Amino acid sequence: MYTFSSKLKTFSFVLMAVGLLGIGYGFLSAPKNIQEVEALLAADSHGGHHEAVSSAHGSEAAHEAEAPEHAKAEAGKHEVKADTEHQEHLEHVLHQLSNKPWAALYVACIFFMLLSLGTLAFYAIQQVAQAGWSPVLFRVMQGITAYLPVGSVIFFIILVLCGLHFNHLFIWLDPEVVKHDELIQTKSGFLNFPFWIVRAAIFLAGWNAYRYFSRKNCLAQDESNDNSFYKKNFNYSAGFLVFFIVTESIMSWDWIMSIDPHWFSTLFGWYVFASFFVSGITMICMVTLYLKSRGYLEHVNTSHVHDLAKFMFGISVFWTYLWFSQFMLIWYANIPEEITYFITRIQEYNLPFFGAVVMNFLFPVLILINTDFKRITWVLVMAGIVILLGHYIDFFNMIMPGTVGSSWFIGIPEIASVLFFLGLFIFVVFSALTKAPLLAKRNPFIDESKHFHY
Amino acid sequence: MSNKVIYAIYNDDDILMDAVKKTRAAHHHIEEVFTPFPVHGLDKAMGLAPTRLAICAFIYGLCGLSFGTWMMNYIMIQDWPQDIGGKPSFSYIDNMPAFVPIMFEETVFFAAHLMVITFYMRSRLWPFKEAENPDVRTTDDHFLMEVAVNNNEEELVSFFEGTGAVEVKVIEKH
Repeated sequence: MYTFSSKLKTFSFVLMAVGLLGIGYGFLSAPKNIQEVEALLAADSHGGHHEAVSSAHGSEAAHEAEAPEHAKAEAGKHEVKADTEHQEHLEHVLHQLSNKPWAALYVACIFFMLLSLGTLAFYAIQQVAQAGWSPVLFRVMQGITAYLPVGSVIFFIILVLCGLHFNHLFIWLDPEVVKHDELIQTKSGFLNFPFWIVRAAIFLAGWNAYRYFSRKNCLAQDESNDNSFYKKNFNYSAGFLVFFIVTESIMSWDWIMSIDPHWFSTLFGWYVFASFFVSGITMICMVTLYLKSRGYLEHVNTSHVHDLAKFMFGISVFWTYLWFSQFMLIWYANIPEEITYFITRIQEYNLPFFGAVVMNFLFPVLILINTDFKRITWVLVMAGIVILLGHYIDFFNMIMPGTVGSSWFIGIPEIASVLFFLGLFIFVVFSALTKAPLLAKRNPFIDESKHFHY
Repeated sequence: MSNKVIYAIYNDDDILMDAVKKTRAAHHHIEEVFTPFPVHGLDKAMGLAPTRLAICAFIYGLCGLSFGTWMMNYIMIQDWPQDIGGKPSFSYIDNMPAFVPIMFEETVFFAAHLMVITFYMRSRLWPFKEAENPDVRTTDDHFLMEVAVNNNEEELVSFFEGTGAVEVKVIEKH
């Protein structure tokens, strides 16, 4: 049995406390009205910032609602126009800045929630494939997926708050915006609050139900005399994977793609999947290495770790394949409604956009291509940290441009949100690991897994 | 000194693996093992040095990547620039995304083909070469271990009979 070391527990509480303070600071320091925004902009009074913010106007759907007023202003005197534009600009920045702490919270929350969902999908695939190598890692995977219920509840609360107009992360939730936006109107049969929140409830409930029953059966199998619980889990897992791949795709449109409601990409579901799947596998590897370094998991040898590292390598390449496929088709076709997505990201988010490719592709490929490196703990930990950070940045790139536009910054609210959810994640995961033996001892493949040698 | 070798023949890969480990533990020199299919972990059990083919593959891949880059630059930018989809090909870097699939395919093409050719050369295999298998059954369902004899014929024969071999032969090699 694993015991949660008090050091790690304290560390997780410190992370949560620091995170909460930072999140609170983020919300309190967000400007409340136009005067504060003006003061803020005056404080950083160089012209470059102003221009950059103005250029973002065109791509923002929220701005389109103000278009008629804009036209009126143009008819008037030049000075009046300049003044109105300035007011509009201030209001626009105010919206972005008041969205910022919410968006920061949202990115970190969805990242850790989906990361544990990715682990759950990996675990279900192992069950369905009747894999012989991985059963010694099942309890680690179940530990990580223990975060899913906690993460789902917090995430669902945030979605409900979005629907109650506490923020403007999803502009299509705002009836004022929809009234002036023909494109969103045509999509409102799908993108409306009741249907959207019911879908979210069904998806989250479905995933959590699979996790609950799969874990229960896996524990029951330990004390069983036959393989009936194992067989049950096989069937549940196969069913879950079918449910998962459909809901995962819809989830990616609902919770991420609809932040840019004019834009669409048909492989977006796969793209998001690749991102959180590789994050989940990386997390399995990191937790395994941690437990191993503390003297647990005596049956896990370097061959198991090697296999996890191969998955980290392979799925990183898979992610890049999807990243590039999505980019190249849109870049080549150059259709206005599609290309705006990448223009915003390349112009306003240049560093995180290309930085994500370096962190998620170039670095892991060059480091993990070597067979020997896939077995060296410190190399894996380093590569794992870079991959996890890189995929956080990837989610940042997907969510921020549509919510805060050019007012983005990785500052206190963003870092604090990550720290809070990381602390919560560590606390929940390692508490869950103490609840059951770390070896699924009666799994029919456990002997093969113990002797797995590559 | 005689050129005698022992052929110990097995009919199961697990028994073969155990036999290889025992033979190594007893410090008999294994010349070669012939199997009808690749046996996982056999190279490690025999104590063969790890293959350097992967390093070759990486270098070949880099060659392919360079070749693909050079080729597309020559074809699409220098020799015959065209305006495709409103993207005039004046500079390589601006048109690079369109060339990535070709660069990738060249990388794979070079790595794969050159790696196979390297493997054949290293294994001294070429078309119409006569097979080296000492026993045709190793192409079907038997496994053969060839071990050098150093004036310890009887000892070796009894040793291999104890490792589960279905047949032990002493052969004068030329």
